[in-house]
Amino acid sequence: MVDKKNILRVKVSNSIGINVDKCYQCGKCSAGCPVSGNMDFTSSVMMRMIQIGEEIIDKQILRSQTIWVCISCGICLSRCPMEIDIPEIIDYLRQCSLEKKMQNKKSERNIIPFHYSFLNSIKYTGRIYEIGVAVEYKLRTFNFFQDLSLAFYMFIKGKLPLFPNIIKNRKHLSFFFKKYKK
Amino acid sequence: MSKIGVFVCHCGENIASIVDCEKVAMRASKLSGVVFSVDYKYMCSDPGQNKIKEAVKKHGLTGVVIAACSPRMHEYTFRKVCAEIGLNPYLCEIANVREHCSWVHEKVEFATQKAFNLVRARIEKVKNNLPLYPYKVPINKIAIVIGGGIAGIQSSIDIANGGYKVILIEREPSIGGRMAQLSETFPTLDCSQCILTPRMVEVAQHPNIMLYTYSEIESVDGFIGNFSVQVRKKAKSIDEKKCTTCGLCYTKCPMKKNLSEFNQGLSYRPAIYVPFPQAIPNNPVIDRNNCIFFQKGKCKICQKFCPTGAIDFEQIDEIIEIKAGAIILSTGFDIKNVDFFPEYGYGKCKDIITGMQFERLASASGPTIGEIRRPSDCKVPKKVVFISCAGSRDCAKGISYCSKICCMYTVKHAMLYKNKVPEGISYIFYMDIRAAGKNYEEFTRRAVEEYGIKYVRGRVSNILLKNEKLIVRGVDTLLNGKPIEILADLVVLATAAVSCKYSEILAQKLHIPYDIYGFFTEAHPKLKPVETNTAGIFLAGSCQFPKDIPESVVSASGAAAKVLCLFSSDELVREPIVAKINKMPPPLFSTCMGCELCIGICPYKAISKEEIKDDNGYVIKSIAHINSTLCQGCGTCVAFCKSKSIDLEGYSNKQIYEEVIALLN
Repeated sequence: MVDKKNILRVKVSNSIGINVDKCYQCGKCSAGCPVSGNMDFTSSVMMRMIQIGEEIIDKQILRSQTIWVCISCGICLSRCPMEIDIPEIIDYLRQCSLEKKMQNKKSERNIIPFHYSFLNSIKYTGRIYEIGVAVEYKLRTFNFFQDLSLAFYMFIKGKLPLFPNIIKNRKHLSFFFKKYKK
Repeated sequence: MSKIGVFVCHCGENIASIVDCEKVAMRASKLSGVVFSVDYKYMCSDPGQNKIKEAVKKHGLTGVVIAACSPRMHEYTFRKVCAEIGLNPYLCEIANVREHCSWVHEKVEFATQKAFNLVRARIEKVKNNLPLYPYKVPINKIAIVIGGGIAGIQSSIDIANGGYKVILIEREPSIGGRMAQLSETFPTLDCSQCILTPRMVEVAQHPNIMLYTYSEIESVDGFIGNFSVQVRKKAKSIDEKKCTTCGLCYTKCPMKKNLSEFNQGLSYRPAIYVPFPQAIPNNPVIDRNNCIFFQKGKCKICQKFCPTGAIDFEQIDEIIEIKAGAIILSTGFDIKNVDFFPEYGYGKCKDIITGMQFERLASASGPTIGEIRRPSDCKVPKKVVFISCAGSRDCAKGISYCSKICCMYTVKHAMLYKNKVPEGISYIFYMDIRAAGKNYEEFTRRAVEEYGIKYVRGRVSNILLKNEKLIVRGVDTLLNGKPIEILADLVVLATAAVSCKYSEILAQKLHIPYDIYGFFTEAHPKLKPVETNTAGIFLAGSCQFPKDIPESVVSASGAAAKVLCLFSSDELVREPIVAKINKMPPPLFSTCMGCELCIGICPYKAISKEEIKDDNGYVIKSIAHINSTLCQGCGTCVAFCKSKSIDLEGYSNKQIYEEVIALLN
């Protein structure tokens, strides 16, 4: 059987060069994952779903919360006996999901806005500007009171600087953003 | 004038589908010296063989070229056909047009041309072939068995029962190997030592078996039928003839805190020790690295107490040379220790143990006298987690193979635990249950159905230590990756079985191949499973690959059968493909200048110096001399010879030259 080109397993192997068939579902990645409790299916199940290579199942993956909940800590990669780079696969799946506008509804409300605010902070300051990220995130999600009680203590400890710490050569940075903006 | 016959085989469709065999035969018939040429569907079949015989008889052929499969397949068949009809078998040559041509090419036109070129080269070679006659070498009918585990014991007994002398060499102070350390064996749960010790005693008592314990192989020279092995007998510091095995010395030894190798580091032993009560031989040895006398120069308490004065601190390593006809390797395997696993705590936690340590805990002769207790606080564990595939099938850790024995011994451990601690709960984390073997699957099912052992499909990610308990974190992949956390008292890792520590060094001494994991490689994975590529050296047991006891015994008996087969004849027929120094009439004698370059580089030590003397005993010239019984025909000396005085019989410089010229034209 020849796989169709637009199937995830083929796309993963063509664009990031990872052979998903190496996975034999031992489950060590899921066992170590610190956020697996919040995923709708765990990483080893996700690998199995990619391996099957059917469009309906591919859509399930792209619509899932799993790919957005992942914090890219890399425990799965360090534990994997076959050295499969799962964080990279998940990163690629996020791109696919955004391209096809299939983002998970729940993640679209809370996780994806954070990614955008984080990237914007990098784009304008070159570094992470905590207050900027927080404010943008709250504006995007209308979730104004989340973790607000922490802000005071963070401010006292100097973890929330008032002014952004901007890098010298921002032109180079905007070049990257322009190049990779789809 | 040579008369060559050419026979082109179709090999069914294997050759004929790509190579136009008829055309090859037709073109070959036009070459000079070829008097007969034919193609046929199966040359190796009886009618095909008859065609060769008829042609040789009818045309009086002086050489035969057969274009067929690789000479490794049927060279022997065709040479035998020639010999039957009275043609010297070494006048028959094979042109490999299957493996070297039809199997690797696609275009008919080019493949046919290549096949013709190969045939033409062979024709030019066979024109210069000379009749050769095989050598006969006497066989030294003594076998050496390296490694005294169950495989080595079995091979030794089999060969000794066949009526030949066997020398069994063991590195440790006692024979028995891994099997002596096991508590029970699967799938019958019978006591391992109870079935092994009778065999060990048989080895000790057999008149044909000579036992060298605490000895190692120093070097190996020679070839099949005539090996010469140097064995280093390490100093035991005990006179075995005087020792009565009373055991007074090791009860008095003050240096008692040495980790016992036999008990896998779970207990201590004195510096002068017998590894285990049923050890054979039962004489103690002094571990010089831990003995107070050898380290600090004072003590000698054991010598004071020894009633027979058997302790000899002045003993030195002894190197003995053994002449033997065959060698069996049965050096066995090792297992990875817990410190190999970063995610399971690098071996810092005492309650994470290996399967072998669990065997010692469960064994009646072990440190806890058969009671399952935690190594840290000696409590009886209420919950035990067994983890299979610890290290095995793990490319990231460099061990990509399946260790084969772990599935079964893990089930056995869980059952032993249940028998000894009936209220205990045991979990087995597994990936697959590989229970292929007689009664193995029934054994695993019994564990699940009758013993209530909980199998969880998934690998354990990490183990944390909390309040003297171990938190084992895994998932159940059959429940869509549902996380599972078990608060266990004891964790047993079925760690990967790996090759012996010194297996690579030993393989280099014996000139035998080994794989990337250090296991010795067999000559053919299917048809020559106990032979190595070096003739006369055989493999038994798990030095080749992890094997369970029945399989080890099977391969040991197989290797013994091969040795007995070798010893059944008094002489060995050797191929006459050997190097020869050219000889000339006096005063030149030979073109050899006596530079002796070849003497140094010969890997088989077959070349020596020969002095040509006149009638008065005066040395006229010194030249190299090749011992044709030692020569393996590797051709190294031919390439090194500055004066081109050495030729390989059957592959002389002239033959190769003609062959190359034919290919180039």
